[in-house]
Amino acid sequence: MRIPVDTVMVEERASSFTCRSIKTESKQQGLRLVLSMIDLTTLEGKDTPEKVRSLCAKAMFPWEGEIEPPLPSVAAVCVYPNLVRVAKLALEGSTVAVASVATGFPSGQYPLDIRINDVTDAVKAGADEIDMVINRGAFLSGSFDEVAEEITRVREACGNAHLKIILETGELETLENIRVASDLAILAAAKAGPIQDGEVFIKTSTGKVSPAATMPVTLVMLDAIREYYDKTGIRIGMKPAGGIRTAKQALHYLVMVKETLGNAWLNKSLFRFGASSLTNDVLRQLVRQQTGRYTASYDFSEA
Amino acid sequence: MSIDTQQETPGEWEYSPAPERTQVSIEPKNKLFIGGKFVSPKSRSWFVTLNPATEEKLADIACGGKADVNAAVLAAKKALPKWSKLDGSVRAKYLYRIARRIQERAREFAILETMDGGKPIKESRDIDIPLAAQHFFYYAGWADKLEYAFAGCTVSPVGVCAQIIPWNFPLLMAAWKLAPALACGNTCILKPAETTSLTALRLAEVIQEIGLPEGVANIVTGAGNTGRLLAEHSGVNKVAFTGSTEVGKLLMRGTAGTGKKLTLELGGKGANIIFADAAIDQAVEGIISGIYFNQGHVCCAGSRLLVEESILDEVVQKLTHRLRSLRVGDPLDKNTDLGAINSQSQLEIVQQYVRAGVDEGAQLHEVHQERLPSKGYWCHPCFFTDVQPSHTIAREEIFGPVLSIMTFRTPQEAIMRANDSPYGLAAGIWTDKGSKIFEIAKELEAGVIWCNTYNKFDPASPFGGFKESGFGREGGMQGLRPYVRLQKVRGSAS
Repeated sequence: MRIPVDTVMVEERASSFTCRSIKTESKQQGLRLVLSMIDLTTLEGKDTPEKVRSLCAKAMFPWEGEIEPPLPSVAAVCVYPNLVRVAKLALEGSTVAVASVATGFPSGQYPLDIRINDVTDAVKAGADEIDMVINRGAFLSGSFDEVAEEITRVREACGNAHLKIILETGELETLENIRVASDLAILAAAKAGPIQDGEVFIKTSTGKVSPAATMPVTLVMLDAIREYYDKTGIRIGMKPAGGIRTAKQALHYLVMVKETLGNAWLNKSLFRFGASSLTNDVLRQLVRQQTGRYTASYDFSEA
Repeated sequence: MSIDTQQETPGEWEYSPAPERTQVSIEPKNKLFIGGKFVSPKSRSWFVTLNPATEEKLADIACGGKADVNAAVLAAKKALPKWSKLDGSVRAKYLYRIARRIQERAREFAILETMDGGKPIKESRDIDIPLAAQHFFYYAGWADKLEYAFAGCTVSPVGVCAQIIPWNFPLLMAAWKLAPALACGNTCILKPAETTSLTALRLAEVIQEIGLPEGVANIVTGAGNTGRLLAEHSGVNKVAFTGSTEVGKLLMRGTAGTGKKLTLELGGKGANIIFADAAIDQAVEGIISGIYFNQGHVCCAGSRLLVEESILDEVVQKLTHRLRSLRVGDPLDKNTDLGAINSQSQLEIVQQYVRAGVDEGAQLHEVHQERLPSKGYWCHPCFFTDVQPSHTIAREEIFGPVLSIMTFRTPQEAIMRANDSPYGLAAGIWTDKGSKIFEIAKELEAGVIWCNTYNKFDPASPFGGFKESGFGREGGMQGLRPYVRLQKVRGSAS
């Protein structure tokens, strides 16, 4: 069903969250929360096992310096299917999950059986979470049933792995499309079987298309999640990805989640940031909170 | 590996207090501003202004008596000939200076407004003060273009203007009144509301700083009696009033037959109409900004919500959820959404209406649970369902964070119910269908109609009401009209 979305008011509401003043204790706590919610990501053609091992090290121990209480690990490492085994090995014994993009990421323009095999392979290799892309071509041509059917098939192929459904909002363009796609994705995932809280996420972007995550887009997706929760009592997760680079931006997102879905969503099992450069900015702010001064950017290792 | 659902960080993330810490000095005794100088009241009487959020005394304010009003009118009269004959572009320069100075001192103004009136700092900072400056900028632009605003006419000022303003937007209302009057070459005596004089007096400081000629703008503080003396003064040529319909009626009787021009911006009971085809999540935002903005102390508040019956449950459920996220408390905290009720007496009025609503059979939803401070004047934002058009809370202006929700079945019924009110200031329409907006809007008896938004203000847009909401417009080109006399000067055609 098409639900009207008014862009002007969505933008106004989204910008109101950026006016919250997050200081002292709540900033400290918020930044740690952000860190624990990051999916540290590398998705490049030039990715190598060694690069992924670096990323995994960073994911488990984001900073080698001393800080009290100790920093949390990030939520997950997100890689291409070919590198899942490497990540799995490197992260063994840690709380960091392995997420793999699949289904012909980022375009999804492959035959369905290839996309499904992509998922099965990643799960076999040990992926805890699958980040799939929806079929935007089918969506924009109005073949909603086809899009939904594919999502259901992918979730079935996931087995016990959690599923994040990438809408690629930058290609859907309008907030109304984004709302339709959000509702469709959630219902299609539910069709494959009952959903435990946090087993299914909707996610904004691949990071390969601009614009990626924005606050208005995320707000519309959060509205869809809330409405589904109101109807079923099931908590769907949310993952904005791409474009969130600073700690301040990330805190704005936390404010938005808190004020729309509530504190129940403020943990890594229900909210994630897909980002790579965010981690070091969060570290920088955390260290500043502790020491009262900013450190140089080279004080934090790149993954 | 299974995903660790244990939270490593505490799940309850709350905002730490974020109070605005800048200190603003307040004179212990605040005098009248007459003839370009701060003078002690000849009445020798003073009254106390409180911080409604703490009930602490902020300062003493001079209470203007008969002699003071006389002096102010005299000063304005004396300044009139020179000021009215100044070139428009020169008057504009003064107005631009006022606007810039307000911007420069914006933080000070915002803090003062919040301390004296109880409104949240985010609103005084982001809305009241910037808009006040914009009004001066806007009318500065008109000062040398009056003959284009009234093409074919010779334009002259009305004379000495008595301007009486309310306590809900103290500095902004002062700007609404002073800016067009001064731009047109009038001289003014402004009477701020009793509970909120401080920013008007700070504006007097600005007026002094920028060197506005003495007597062009005077500020006489006081209560209702001071306002009455001012409006009744024989030296006054025009009365402009924003406030209650009750006082408006008195003023209309009082000025009848005196030759004084009058404009009134009075109460309202705005109908905010939500159709089933609206974007509901965003319409809920419009309900919130319609009735809970400035604690509902807004004459154009969307205080009557008309919801298409088929979506009532959804709207109530979403409104309930949203209302719980509102933060009520210390107005100086940057994260506060609703501040204090402006005064003890206003709080009592609001409470009376809430009781009346319950007594008459409407259902009160007190869904907002946050604890309120123990001192100060506070009211939980709330709403009523099962309200019938005959209920007191559906007809009278409450001027507080209390919403009355009614339903309608068809567009015709929506129009009928919206117009079923003695007031006609503002209305809102929410629908995703463009043509419907125009169909409904042209049937509504309201001076201001917002479509898929609410409570948006712009100096370029005329504001004013129908029926018992008053007459005359403020803002825009139309806002000049009450402050000018027009003449048609014609030579013989040859």
